[in-house]
Amino acid sequence: MLRAQGKAVHQCDQGWVPVFVDQEQSISLMSVGFLLENPNEAVVWRGPKKHALIKQFVSDVAWGELDYLVVDTPPGTSDEHMATVEALRPYRPLGALVVTTPQAVSVGDVRRELTFCRKTGLQVIGVVENMSGFVCPHCADCTNVFSRGGGEELAQLAGVPFLGSVPLDPQLTRSLEEGRDFIQEFPKSTAYAALTSIAQKVLHRMPALHS
Amino acid sequence: MEEAPHGCPGADSAQAGRGASCQGCPNQRLCASGAGAAPDPAVEEIKEKMKTVKHRILVLSGKGGVGKSTFSAHLAYGLAEDGDTQVALLDIDICGPSIPKIMGLEGEQVHQSGSGWSPVYMEDNLGVMSVGFLLSSPDDAVIWRGPKKNGMIKQFLRDVDWGDVDYLIVDTPPGTSDEHLSVVQYLAAAHIDGAVILTTPQEVALQDVRKEISFCHKVKLPIIGVVENMSGFICPKCKKESQIFPPTTGGAEAMCQDLKIPLLGKVPLDPLIGKSCDKGQSFFIEAPDSPATAAYKSIIQRIQEFCSSRQSHNENLISS
Repeated sequence: MLRAQGKAVHQCDQGWVPVFVDQEQSISLMSVGFLLENPNEAVVWRGPKKHALIKQFVSDVAWGELDYLVVDTPPGTSDEHMATVEALRPYRPLGALVVTTPQAVSVGDVRRELTFCRKTGLQVIGVVENMSGFVCPHCADCTNVFSRGGGEELAQLAGVPFLGSVPLDPQLTRSLEEGRDFIQEFPKSTAYAALTSIAQKVLHRMPALHS
Repeated sequence: MEEAPHGCPGADSAQAGRGASCQGCPNQRLCASGAGAAPDPAVEEIKEKMKTVKHRILVLSGKGGVGKSTFSAHLAYGLAEDGDTQVALLDIDICGPSIPKIMGLEGEQVHQSGSGWSPVYMEDNLGVMSVGFLLSSPDDAVIWRGPKKNGMIKQFLRDVDWGDVDYLIVDTPPGTSDEHLSVVQYLAAAHIDGAVILTTPQEVALQDVRKEISFCHKVKLPIIGVVENMSGFICPKCKKESQIFPPTTGGAEAMCQDLKIPLLGKVPLDPLIGKSCDKGQSFFIEAPDSPATAAYKSIIQRIQEFCSSRQSHNENLISS
């Protein structure tokens, strides 16, 4: 998605060097994707091996001076999630952004994710409702393709902040597919407005997580 | 096994307990003794149990959120429309068990009898099992590592009294990890007819499907075919079609042609699908005239044909 496919990860004295995805070198990336010889190769690992790699991603990567480390996780409440919380626990502030889609079936699973956060002592920065409505490019009518309202309801139920909804935007999907900079190219899109508003709220809430 | 070191050769490899990375690992002695490589007796027990099950189908996806559980539920509904066909649906997504909600079975309990656990019956000919039925609250999280999830899957396959079943459908979580390895290993002696792989049209999803296909090849799991979900959206107001998830690299069609794997069909995005699932209703009943229903029905028929042709093939092999 960040147009970094095929890049290689090198070693330096401080550890593995993450891959920079932009000219200004403001965003660096580490992924198991960089360690695969063939992008179509399946990573068929059981829990312990995944756990070990995640620990290495935290301790053995030369991240350098960072303002924010964002960790993208797979769905679930298993090895990867436990490994990440364990590895990052010594560092503050640490918080979770919980993403759901609007429909009740998704909210049904994400409720359990919020329980995971509570049980592991992971503070929730807030809930984001993704794929929230689709504006037809032909007639501008908005359809709630995946229903609506679930994210806000979930946040209320769990007593955590609701950070906002991001609509379905095929331009965003296309940009990700082609590794283009959505923020640069489509500043007028409703998804852009939603994403920047959520980012602002996250920045605003981070200092409060220190305690 | 709790934690393996980086470079762990695997408990069942020839190097188990003997590799350089094994030094200092708490499981070293166990692995070196060959205990890790001993076949699990459950595999044979499951083979016995599976004698009353005619066909076993896995539903896989590389990526989350592509509609796998929705598809599994509707595959079950579709097959069970014929009252003489016995269908069983097993949900092995231990951390995110959505099947009970999708099928309107939330709050149902699993009962034990002399012959094992009873599945929850949606209809007389459609039984369902999920970890969701074992959780007391919708907020309960299953925070388990791989080995514990594997234990649950073993129990589901060995201890559930499925009875005489024509089709056992196994809904999986996304990816290629513990759950997938376990279900393939535990059913090794019983044989899986094949896997149906779900995707959405965009390249980011297809990349993960290619990995899923590679997994199937690695574990010698036949592939029934690929289903492209959320394939086009018809605006309910102006009726024009748009692509919410644009097939920038040709979608599943191009990928299937490339990899010589059948494309079972494309299901368009109908907002009623999500709504039906949220209500725990079958979409086929809520929207019988939707193009999505027609697409599903055609795909289900192709899956049945695949299973029947395998059955005839195996019968010919036995009689020849």
